[in-house]
Amino acid sequence: MRKVSFPYVGNATITFKKLMNAFGNEVVLPRRPTEETLSLGTKYAPEFACLPFKIVLGTYIEALEAGADTLVSTGGVGPCRAGLYTTLHEKILKSLGYEFEMITLEPPGRHLKELIASIKKLVNRRLTFADYYRIIRFVWKELQLLDKAEKLSHKIRPLEVKKGETTKTYRKCAELIAQAKDYKDLLEIEREIELLYEKIEKKDYDPLKIGIVGEVYVVIEPAANLEIEEMLGDLGVYAERSMFLASYTFYNAVMDLFRMPGERDVKKLASPYFKEMCGGHGRESVGNAILFAKRGFDGVIQLSPFTCIPEIVAKSILPKVCAEYDIGFLPVTLDEQTGKEGLRTRIEAFVDLLAAKRKHKAMNKKGDVVYGTLLGH
Amino acid sequence: MAHYLGIDVGSVSTNLVILDEYGDIKEAIYLRTQGQPIKAIQEGLKILSKNAKNWDIRGVGTTGSGRQLAAVIAGADVVKNEITAHAVAAMKEIPDVRTVIEIGGQDSKIIILRDGVVTDFAMNTVCAAGTGSFLDQQANRLGIPIEEFGYYALRSRNPVRIAGRCAVFAESDMIHKQQLGYKVEDIIRGLCQALVRNYLNNVGKGKEILPRVVFQGGVAANVGMKAAFEEALGMEVYVPKYHNVMGAIGAALLAKEANVERTKFRGFDASEIEFTADSFECKGCSNHCEVVNIRMEGKVIARWGDRCNRWKVIDD
Repeated sequence: MRKVSFPYVGNATITFKKLMNAFGNEVVLPRRPTEETLSLGTKYAPEFACLPFKIVLGTYIEALEAGADTLVSTGGVGPCRAGLYTTLHEKILKSLGYEFEMITLEPPGRHLKELIASIKKLVNRRLTFADYYRIIRFVWKELQLLDKAEKLSHKIRPLEVKKGETTKTYRKCAELIAQAKDYKDLLEIEREIELLYEKIEKKDYDPLKIGIVGEVYVVIEPAANLEIEEMLGDLGVYAERSMFLASYTFYNAVMDLFRMPGERDVKKLASPYFKEMCGGHGRESVGNAILFAKRGFDGVIQLSPFTCIPEIVAKSILPKVCAEYDIGFLPVTLDEQTGKEGLRTRIEAFVDLLAAKRKHKAMNKKGDVVYGTLLGH
Repeated sequence: MAHYLGIDVGSVSTNLVILDEYGDIKEAIYLRTQGQPIKAIQEGLKILSKNAKNWDIRGVGTTGSGRQLAAVIAGADVVKNEITAHAVAAMKEIPDVRTVIEIGGQDSKIIILRDGVVTDFAMNTVCAAGTGSFLDQQANRLGIPIEEFGYYALRSRNPVRIAGRCAVFAESDMIHKQQLGYKVEDIIRGLCQALVRNYLNNVGKGKEILPRVVFQGGVAANVGMKAAFEEALGMEVYVPKYHNVMGAIGAALLAKEANVERTKFRGFDASEIEFTADSFECKGCSNHCEVVNIRMEGKVIARWGDRCNRWKVIDD
């Protein structure tokens, strides 16, 4: 039996485990990235490779040490160098003496044959069409539920009366989802999640709203972004990120098959500022910032891994876009050197800035004197 | 009369300020942290306690990288980041300020204000060249007291161009220029210019710097740096009288604005209480966080350093 492992992507890791199990594989569960994972990755990665590359490399080493013989990863078509990462990871790991097979899942639009061949390698059990249907329906629903639980947590955390309650509830939801065995379980859990969140005692006020844009891995994986959303929630801010796993999978796996460019609206919004595609999620970062502005958000935080070219391009465009839409902007660059305290200082100052701005706007409307509005708190 | 205490614990200095209810500065203390923040805070409180009967402290604010620690030791009502604190203090001093340049011991920041509201800011991320520690070190190496360092720069007529991209290269370039026989004044002025260039290219990159420009933080005492900023920006740069304790002033102003009913201030006697810090490595996961215990007379009163917050709650 194959012993499969894959990069760690938040709570969805459990979903992928279930998928791989259903296909008849044993799974070596990747660990949540820690300092040690990052040290391993940093040790063997080229110095200027980006943070996601280093974290994933560290995760692979841990998985191989734990006995995995197959690694599954997604490919890409560039021009962001992440498209080459799988190949580079494979070379580095093989030169370190590990023996394993690397299976790359390429986007179906341009590499359908390769994708089917890769999936065939991963299916190690006789499955009927009905089985496939059952598995896909289950996995899809589970991804949606994970996103839902997380979205709710971001919405409720700034309103909670008792600090920490939302985080606890969210962890419980993730646990419930992890234990689900079939589709019916998931439907029940969905109701329970809603109930659990309803039970949290909430304050009634309009929190500051901050949108998070940037490179997909650092946006989605809290271990890679120093739990920035939790930090914001604790400061009483509603944070929403532009990317979630279910929609990301949908656009990049399903829509790609029909040659539909993913997230068309976002790209269209970005087009006056960003005509050419530069790979990665540079254009999406700009488009999503505009989307947040149009929805009345107070500010945008851009997360980018150090040396990420698409995000560097976006970073130079975003200040202008945000000034035009009159919305605050804070760029955050992440790598293994980034300290949580330094980030907290900047985030706190950014939140103060947005609060003051909101208050200032409100006072301006009333025609009051505006000097001296220092702070919104 | 009501008074407000502000404490700013930075990497190099620990500053304490007492304001009265009109926001006037009654007392300002500047101490070296010397890697022992607890001691520095207590020392400051002790100095202030000499006139304790004059002060009726109604609120305490802390800021700086050691703000959490200061908050625990002194008992603070407001704990604020240094960016907001500096902006608040600058606005109090110069209401029409539109740019704040702040250079401290190990960090430097720029704050952009419009109509009395902070609209943008940035902090140095990768490089500490041009901050107080680096200037201290260079003054030391040249055998010039740091207080006189800036005046040397003012005496120079022909500044030498120094590579200021990186502190390490700046230093080796300075040594090289010394070996070639350039005058110390010219090298120092060149260094100030290089550091200003570095600041404007890194921290100030892409920011619209409009007058009035206020220069604060410990480095603002350096007249050479002030002159170099004025030369590079082509505008007057204003250095407030209490430039080196602006963070503490901001913290005190914030405490005043918070208007708490009952302050958490422990009193100036906090300088006599025994505070200790110890740490342990958490074995909960492979992050191996160093968790710090802050103890007051042996009892843990605060904890931090864990990424997951599992140690945050303290059982009695």
